Amino acid sequence: MNALELKNVTKRFGEVVANKNINLSVQSGEILAILGENGSGKTTLMNMIAGIYYPDEGEIFVNGKPVTISSPKDAFNLKIGMIHQHFKLVDIFTATENIVLGIQEKQKFNLKDAEKRVAEISKKYGFDIDPKKKIYEMSVSEKQTVEIVKVLYRGADILILDEPTAVLTPQETEKLFKVIKTMKEDGKSIIIITHKMHEVLSVSDRVAILRRGEYIDTVVTAETNEAELTEMMVGKKISLNINRSEPENSVDRLIIDNLNLTNTEGIKILDSISFTAKSGEILGIAGIAGSGQKELLECIAGLIKTTDGKICYIDPADDKEINLKEKTPVQIRELGVRLSFVPEDRLGMGLVGNMDIIDNMLLRSYKKGHSFFLDKKPPKQLADTIINDLEVVTPGPTTPVRRLSGGNVQKVLVGREIAASPTVLMAAYPVRGLDINSSYTIYNLLNQQKENGVAVIFVGEDLDVLLELCDRILVISSGSVSGIVDGRTATKEEVGLLMTKAKGVKENEEK
Amino acid sequence: MDAIAQFISRAILQGTPLLYGATGEIITEKSGNLNLGIPGIMYIGAISGVIGGFFYQNGADRVEPFLAVLIPLLCCMFGSIVTSLLYCFLTITLKANQNVTGLAITTFGVGFGNFFGGSLIKILKSDVPYLSLVKIAQAYKTPIFPFAEDMSSIGKMFFSYGFMVYFAVIIAVVSGFVLKKTKAGLHLRAVGENPATADAAGINVTLYKYLATTVGGMIAGLGGLFYIMDYSNGIWSNNGFGDRGWLAIAIVIFSIWKPSMSILSSYLFGALYILFNYINVPMTYIPLIQMLPYAVTIIVLIATSVRKKRENQPPASLGLSYFREER
Repeated sequence: MNALELKNVTKRFGEVVANKNINLSVQSGEILAILGENGSGKTTLMNMIAGIYYPDEGEIFVNGKPVTISSPKDAFNLKIGMIHQHFKLVDIFTATENIVLGIQEKQKFNLKDAEKRVAEISKKYGFDIDPKKKIYEMSVSEKQTVEIVKVLYRGADILILDEPTAVLTPQETEKLFKVIKTMKEDGKSIIIITHKMHEVLSVSDRVAILRRGEYIDTVVTAETNEAELTEMMVGKKISLNINRSEPENSVDRLIIDNLNLTNTEGIKILDSISFTAKSGEILGIAGIAGSGQKELLECIAGLIKTTDGKICYIDPADDKEINLKEKTPVQIRELGVRLSFVPEDRLGMGLVGNMDIIDNMLLRSYKKGHSFFLDKKPPKQLADTIINDLEVVTPGPTTPVRRLSGGNVQKVLVGREIAASPTVLMAAYPVRGLDINSSYTIYNLLNQQKENGVAVIFVGEDLDVLLELCDRILVISSGSVSGIVDGRTATKEEVGLLMTKAKGVKENEEK
Repeated sequence: MDAIAQFISRAILQGTPLLYGATGEIITEKSGNLNLGIPGIMYIGAISGVIGGFFYQNGADRVEPFLAVLIPLLCCMFGSIVTSLLYCFLTITLKANQNVTGLAITTFGVGFGNFFGGSLIKILKSDVPYLSLVKIAQAYKTPIFPFAEDMSSIGKMFFSYGFMVYFAVIIAVVSGFVLKKTKAGLHLRAVGENPATADAAGINVTLYKYLATTVGGMIAGLGGLFYIMDYSNGIWSNNGFGDRGWLAIAIVIFSIWKPSMSILSSYLFGALYILFNYINVPMTYIPLIQMLPYAVTIIVLIATSVRKKRENQPPASLGLSYFREER
């Protein structure tokens, strides 16, 4: 009998179908991996099992009985526990306080007894955890352990782990897998969401594959291989007919050499990244979300300080190298480097939502001139030009950008960045959330810039787009470059394989 | 010695309204609600009690001590609960900005108090700009330990007060215990620290926020009542309560959100507040002395911020509304 079974489960958010007719099952004492690209609907699906979302259609069975899970509480009662990617812990509480939080027990509230039980569970499954330690003193791995113990303390039989290894070091990952296997032997059902191929192959019994919200298939891990799984994950290539011209007079514009970045937890975000961006070329950056794309661009833009490695700009006027490392955005601009950055978070980092289009134009030029008063004429002209040229749908240039649709917000932002006539243009997920027409407008703008000799760096998530738009594609995986491929000849599977390849595995193969 | 004991007992009386306010605000802030409406709620609590006492004293033939205490007490609690519920509805249900809402309630509360205080004075057609509820005050001021009369000044320093002085201490101690040792306290602190986590753990965030804010407001309101009925001998004059509500909020910071700490801090602030009466300073410097409590609060804020000890920081989600649907 299946411990958990989903039948034809569908979930929509407005117009968007996040999950369509998903069928899944997991047995007791089994580890099921759920594999899929970004936005394939893995987390949404698991959130429905954990009671955070409610499915629009379909049925869920627990131990063969149909159930309704409308809140996290219902999930607890059915012995389903989810370990979220972003930990849900109170920082100033101890491990035990977090573990007992929200438990409705009849008996008297007693932290000492709870601490004992936490210690027992830890011993049984081989966790290494101090019940009295405060969360803010813990490493990421310890916090995750607390989350897992929290779920086991509530007596969960079905555990869902949402990308548990994303934040762990290889050693910690190994430890986690050992624990997962112990839990499996104890008869628990474990569902693990991941997009790291080698983890799927090493830990799971079966793999379910999702693609763009649709259920593809479930295969037995022992009977499959990396290539087959990748093919199922990325699917067949879809033709998008994006124009792509041949790069002309390409010269090196930006040289990144051996760039490293470590976060406060001591985990490597960027691991010896080296590449060159050339003028008149679109360099695509592909990778699973959170592989270090954001940090890489922010390092180049001067928003994050790095001490290690080289970031070098080659001035088109005299071919001189200018060092951009450890420079602030203002210093970079003062050096005469025309670097434009379209960040991922449009209304957070790119534009001020409550200000109108004209004022947002001013944000890039407010330092110009010596008058005490602002000169609003040039930004007004620029705003009008952008509205006309890019067909921004807005009541006028004095409408707050917050009230524009996503596509129009992006047009305003890209328009402003292009107006600075950059020599390097970096765009992170510029078409995310945009409709097809707006997306093509953005592709055309990027192509125009490329034809004007700009070195364009395009961070994308849709492999079809990357393969049709970019001249070269740099693939990063867990913060390191796993390959640079030609956008014209590479296949989707090739890029997909590079994306899911972990560094440790690559090294093993080389040996 | 006598002088010191007398000074301390004045400081305790002066500090008691602050203690009510601070305990109430601590409970409120532990749920993540920064209720800056506390000064207004204390005003409303005071005037509600005064209204109740006024009609009882003027309507009844004979003033029963029991009813003289109970009627203003219930009226005060009613007034402050209703005002706190208004704050809750605006900030928790409608998710309005807490700072703006709180300041509006304070402005409203002071005006409300002065309007009805003024109206009652008008009803009396009194020549003086204040209202006196001496008989009610007597019931409040009766020492609950009769033997204190015969004690030395040191004994009086501990035992000579009306019930509300001791009640304030009990509430503070009990709140500290509940917050630290019980499941409800753990849940409440979780709501104030990280409501999304509390929500995911199955805790009713809205209910806890409503309860903590309402109970906290009610306790703070009692501070206003104490000030009129005990400290001022039942005399209401407009704006008489002054800036004590803000001092209570300062004490919350000074006590680093610990009710047990707030007892001594309140008495200390009370002492600093009346210090100018007991030391020899020129009139022009009195405001400087009165400024001391605020200066001390700023120093504490700097010290705790510099030391960055996580336990001594305000609740992490203080002042923020909780949206469940946010992804």
